[in-house]
Amino acid sequence: MKCDKCDNEATVHEMVVKGGVKTERHLCEHCARELGLNPGGATLGQLITKFVVAPQGQPLTPAGKPAAPARPTPPTSCRGCGTTFADFKQTGRLGCSECYATFETQLGPLLERAHEGATHHMGKSPKRWEERSARAESDAARRERIDDLRRRLEQAVIAEQYEAAVVLRDELRKIEAQGTV
Amino acid sequence: MTSEGFIPSYETGTEWLRSAGASSDVVMSSRVRLARNLAGWRFGHKAGHGDRQKVLEICRDRIAAAGLSSVGAPASPAPTAPSTPPQVMWIDLRESPPIERQLLVERHLISKQHSKGKPLPDLKAGDVETTDPRGVAIALPDERLSIMVNEEDHLRIQAVRGGLALAEAWADADRADDLLESRLDFAYSPRFGYLTCCPTNVGTGVRMSLMLHLPGLKLTGEIEKVKRAAGDMNLAVRGFYGEGSEAAGDFYQISNQTTLGKGEQSILNDLAGEIIPKIVEYERLARRNLLAKRGAALEDQVYRALGLLTHARLLTAEESMQMLSHVRLGVVMGLVSDADLASVNALMLLTQPAHLQRVMGTELDQEQRRNARAQLIRRRLLKTG
Repeated sequence: MKCDKCDNEATVHEMVVKGGVKTERHLCEHCARELGLNPGGATLGQLITKFVVAPQGQPLTPAGKPAAPARPTPPTSCRGCGTTFADFKQTGRLGCSECYATFETQLGPLLERAHEGATHHMGKSPKRWEERSARAESDAARRERIDDLRRRLEQAVIAEQYEAAVVLRDELRKIEAQGTV
Repeated sequence: MTSEGFIPSYETGTEWLRSAGASSDVVMSSRVRLARNLAGWRFGHKAGHGDRQKVLEICRDRIAAAGLSSVGAPASPAPTAPSTPPQVMWIDLRESPPIERQLLVERHLISKQHSKGKPLPDLKAGDVETTDPRGVAIALPDERLSIMVNEEDHLRIQAVRGGLALAEAWADADRADDLLESRLDFAYSPRFGYLTCCPTNVGTGVRMSLMLHLPGLKLTGEIEKVKRAAGDMNLAVRGFYGEGSEAAGDFYQISNQTTLGKGEQSILNDLAGEIIPKIVEYERLARRNLLAKRGAALEDQVYRALGLLTHARLLTAEESMQMLSHVRLGVVMGLVSDADLASVNALMLLTQPAHLQRVMGTELDQEQRRNARAQLIRRRLLKTG
């Protein structure tokens, strides 16, 4: 398929459904960039889902969050206490419990070395936490339902069943609005 | 919880010196420490004075309300303090004179670091000892349980038993942790477990340690093998006063270093079920071999030590410790009949600087302490006092 703008092969395919009307654009990578579309690495399926799930043609990632860079750079300082990883390397001490989440990626290998290759806690946990994880189990069920809806939505779009896709999208939004996953 | 006074029975209080418990010929004490932090508060070194004060107040009040005096209630009351009811004493270390804090360090109830306090950016130099908010709760009468507040972590719960009794010490620490946890929200993550200031403690936050007397393995030179094997098993070997201290008097503390990915029960089983009984067996074998092959030399060493201790006029803490270690070996091997294990154990504590001054009832400089130490040991060992 040729690009709508030039003679190059179209590699970026955009479909937007607005008020039940479907519009399509087929572009080469160069023209897509010029029109402000970022085809970098996204698969056709991802592009489709983005455009269908987006509220007003605004692209979102399947998780419903703004697109993150392909390789996220680790945060430089902890939001909870301002400790940087360099501080930690110097003192061997973290500043608050949030540091563990902030530096999770960097800490992983260090902890493995210090704890005979271990990566996860085993043993006692606070009783309050056990109660919380019972609640979290119902969250896990919800997450599974969301994943299922996303899959079906993608399939509906590929099959060009746009009315079904809209129903699935609305259901997905309703569940996602019930709480963060 | 009382806040007045000080260790009422400093001479007899410590359960771990009463030479009781299984394998007490080799194992002095079993200790379990748990590191805990309050959720939503910065770790100590990153907190300002105001936050440290608040954490101290929260912890002090919850400790007081937690009913900790029921933890590890002794099967039989301490012989010299039968009328002392179980209670939890709170000591605000800012208000304690240096000698009292030193007394607590010598009794293994607080760390040296906790005694000194934490220098913080918003504190003037020199003020640290009297202004840094920190304290310790101690279960009386036998000091089986103590809780440091605002050490490296917000809470350091410690349980101790005489002899090889790690399971009992763990049960006490676990119970105290449960009681506190019902009143405090501890920092915890499902992946990393209990979150600690230093990631070497993260996970269970547990350190289980055994104080061992290993003069036999020291004399035969096999102690190096034990140290290497312990290292291979990721165990730490330290001296009498923990991190950085020398193995004074052939006493060694062996403890787990792995706190992540290994449950408390598993650490306990490895140490108390396998590793420590093996070391105890090696030590006993070394002692038997020494007696069989170098009996006269061994007896000579024990009696020289006894002779020195009962006749010297000036003794340093290090020399006393080494000589008492030889005598202790003589007592447990039945070579010495006129000294008992409890007296020798007690002298190891009472000859430490702060205890010595407390026993003598007066402040002493280093030179005076040497003299007083020799005097105290003579009096106790010759039973003339």
